[in-house]
Order: sequence, then structure tokens, then C-alpha cells
Amino acid sequence: MNSKIRKDNKKRIFFDNASATRIDDRVFKEMESYFRENYGNPSSLHDFGELAKSAVESARKKVANLIGASAEEIYFTSCGTESNNLALWGLVRALKGKGNHIISSVIEHYSVLNPLKEMKKNGWNISLVPVDECGLINTKDIENEITDSTILISIMHANNEIGTIQKLKEISLIAKKNNIIFHSDGVAAAGIIPVNVRELGIDAYSFSAQQLHGPKGVAALFIKKGTRIKPIFLGGTQEKGRRAGTENVPGIVGFGKACELAKIKMEDNIKYISKLRDNLINGIINKVKNVKLNGHATDRLPGNVHISFKYIEGESILLMLNMEGIAAASGSSCTSQALKSSHVLNAIGLSPTMAQGSVLFSLGKYNTVEEVSRLLEVLPPIVKRLREMSPIYKE
Amino acid sequence: MAAYSKKVMEHFMNPRNVGEIKDADGIGEIGNPVCGDMMSFYIKVKDNKLEDVKFKTFGCGAAIAVSSMVSEAAKGKTLDEALRITNKDIAKKLGGLPKNKLHCSNLGADALHKAIKDYLDKKGK
Repeated sequence: MNSKIRKDNKKRIFFDNASATRIDDRVFKEMESYFRENYGNPSSLHDFGELAKSAVESARKKVANLIGASAEEIYFTSCGTESNNLALWGLVRALKGKGNHIISSVIEHYSVLNPLKEMKKNGWNISLVPVDECGLINTKDIENEITDSTILISIMHANNEIGTIQKLKEISLIAKKNNIIFHSDGVAAAGIIPVNVRELGIDAYSFSAQQLHGPKGVAALFIKKGTRIKPIFLGGTQEKGRRAGTENVPGIVGFGKACELAKIKMEDNIKYISKLRDNLINGIINKVKNVKLNGHATDRLPGNVHISFKYIEGESILLMLNMEGIAAASGSSCTSQALKSSHVLNAIGLSPTMAQGSVLFSLGKYNTVEEVSRLLEVLPPIVKRLREMSPIYKE
Repeated sequence: MAAYSKKVMEHFMNPRNVGEIKDADGIGEIGNPVCGDMMSFYIKVKDNKLEDVKFKTFGCGAAIAVSSMVSEAAKGKTLDEALRITNKDIAKKLGGLPKNKLHCSNLGADALHKAIKDYLDKKGK
């Protein structure tokens, strides 16, 4: 299919905003001069460097403002994965001597789960709490795992697949009561739903520009003032020595602008996108039999539509949608390079068949009512066609 | 998407011989939804030849294309010829399959062979 990727932008529909977002034109415009004119290194003393430095610092304020932090608590990184790695490795190594036990959950992103796996091999004790069938963590389970050697709790804000939003405030109260550092992976949530790290009582928070109509290649880690953390990159003194390496100045500038726009328009966007979401959910349920909405009924990201289509497999659905110019994602094992169905879908107890038949439509501010209608026209015949081919289909 | 060859996409979008044969002479099933793919083959035999071959498949694009190609390759062949069709042949006929699909999705020939064995077993009795 690579040879005939559709060029006619009008007909293409992007319902995969959980994997990437289209950059906002205003963000792109803001970045441009930092490639072409103000390309100095922020560490340089001359005017080129000065300009770059002040652009980075101005962006830092906007990024901090999105989550209710102060600028000095924001550390720029290259992606959400790096932010999570910096948080986990940086915090646990700074806390060495205090304990070696970390509590997290079974539905975290791989950029949390895989570092934890590696830590386990290196002497740390890891507890992963389960989730219920909606993807929610029972905070009692976290409380029950706490021991004298627990140093860190890391729980994602919203799940990138099924969109379930966790009760961070409850978790932070437990962490505080037990004097444990609390990190949250907010990549799927920041810029989409309101976040205030002070009100939520979070010590470290990861979030990324490309999820909020900013550029790829730039993200941030919020670290509450006074929290000790060790760098994972060693080199220069950028980001107060906590993240060495020349700053991605255009990216950071774009991230700042994207955060500013996300903050101003958040309420409107939530209203608009959740209406599209509910139209799509109701439309699918009305038009297609034997489907199941995965995730939580109310504690759910505004753009998340995660549906299992019984009797058929996700990759086939994606291929046929793609032929129609519609982009979506799936938790089916056939769509993963590792050929394993999504750990999140296993964790919510979805049967293997329903996990295979899952499709994630993630909506964003650039999607329209017309696009949702188009999908609702195209999807039912695709499901019908694949079901007629399926040996397990029963009317 | 998914780096499938033109031939795979063509068979996926227009699969040949989809369906069941009600009074099939042999049925072969392989795979399960846990691993992702599941194929059922139905055959009708006349004069030691595969007069008709049909399939139903639950699975990814590769699994559906493979099933379609197997049905096409087997139809009209003698039982011996059909038993000599390998999964490798099918992948080749499809212009290759992505590496990670070579094992899990490329089971069509096995399902066909199972259907033929089912027929031979029944006939033996």
C-alpha cells in the first residue's frame, strides 16, 4: 500500500490522535524563525545564543502554566519515553538508601513498564497493581502494597489505549501520607484534560508536545521543587544538569505555543471533542451489533472511542478503513510487531477474541462532524464483510 | 500500511472462494483467536480431485490473503498435488509476506491438508 498512499488530503481522515497529532499552524509558524534566523545555541554568550535562551525560557513558562507548575520545575526532554525514563531512573537512584520498592500498575505505557522490568533485574522490587474491567485502579490496592521500603509510586494519568482517567488525587494523598514520591505519566492527558500538579499533589509528571498539536521530538518532565533526581544523560549543564544536551530550541518554542493554545481552548475543545466522541460511540452501537465499548463510561478521555467488534480481527478492519483513507489503531496482536495483544486489554479482562477485534478511534480538535458521519457510513459494511468471512461468526 | 505486497492486498480486498460447503467431504481447522488467526477450509472431492475449495478466516490481512491464495492454488488439483502445496509456496505466490507474519498467518496450506486428511480418514472408515 506504500506505493499508493493517498495524496488528496481532503479525503484522508485521521482518527489516530493518540499516536500523533497534526501540528497547529500557529505552533509551526512560531517555530520557523528558530530554524532559519535565531538558530543559536542557548548556551552561547552572543546575541544568537541570548535569543535562543530567552525563547526557551519563555516557552518554559507556558509549558509550566499548562500544568500549574512554576517554570523552574520544568525540564525539557526529547519525548515522553525519555521523560518517563528520567523520572523513574532519576528518582529511584536519588532515593537509593531509602528503599528499593516501587509501586506501579499493569496498564502503564511500555516506557514505564520496561524500565521497571529492568530495575527488577537490578535489585529493585516492583509491585504492579491491577485494574478493574473499566481500567480503573482501586487505590486500596496501592495502599496495601506499601512497605517500609517503598520509595516511589508511578501511575499514569490517563491510559493511551482505553482512555481511562485515574484518580490521581486519591493516590497522591496515599503517597503523601506514607512519605513516598509520586510520579505520573501524563502523556495521554496533558493538554487534553485539565491538570494542576499542585492541586493533584504530584511530585513528577511527564508530558509530551506531539500529543497536543505540538511538534515531535520534544517533551517535558515536571519535578517538584526540592525533589531529588539524578540525571540519566551526562554532559553539559543544560537544564540545571538534570538533562544534558543541546536544547531542541524550535521544538521547545513549539511546545510552549502548543501548551498556551491548549490551555486557552481546553474547555471548548473538551466540549467539542467529547460530543464527536459520543456521536461516534452511539453511532457505532446503533449501527453495528455485537460490539463493546472498552474503558470507563465517564472517567474517559474526551477523544477516546475504544471498541471491540466481536468475531473479527482488528488489523483487517484497519486495512479496510485505510483503503477508505481513514486512519485508526488496534490492540490486536496482528497489529503489533511483537504479535502480542495489548497488555491493557488483557488487564481489563477482555477475552482474546474481543481483544483481537478492538479498534481505537482517537479524536482530536481537527476532526469534524462530517468525518464522524463518513466513518459511520464506511464502517458497518466493512464489519459485515469481515464477519461473513469469519468462521466464528454467528448471527 | 503493514508493508503488504500488492498481491496480498489484492487478495485481501477481493478474496476468492470465501464461504462454507454445506455437505463438505472434508473440513480442516487451524489456529485460534488467542494467537490471532483462525482458518477453516472446506473441500469437495470428485475423482480424486478438489472439485471445490472454500474457506472462512478470522485474522489479519495476511491470513485472509493466504487463505484466498491457498483456495485458488488448490482448486482443481489432485489430492496428491494439493498435499504438496506448502505454506512457503503460498507466501511466494503472494509476492512475500512481512517477516513477522510468516509463521502465525501463513497456515493456510496446513488447514487445507487437514481438510484433505479429514476426507481421507472418513473415506477409510
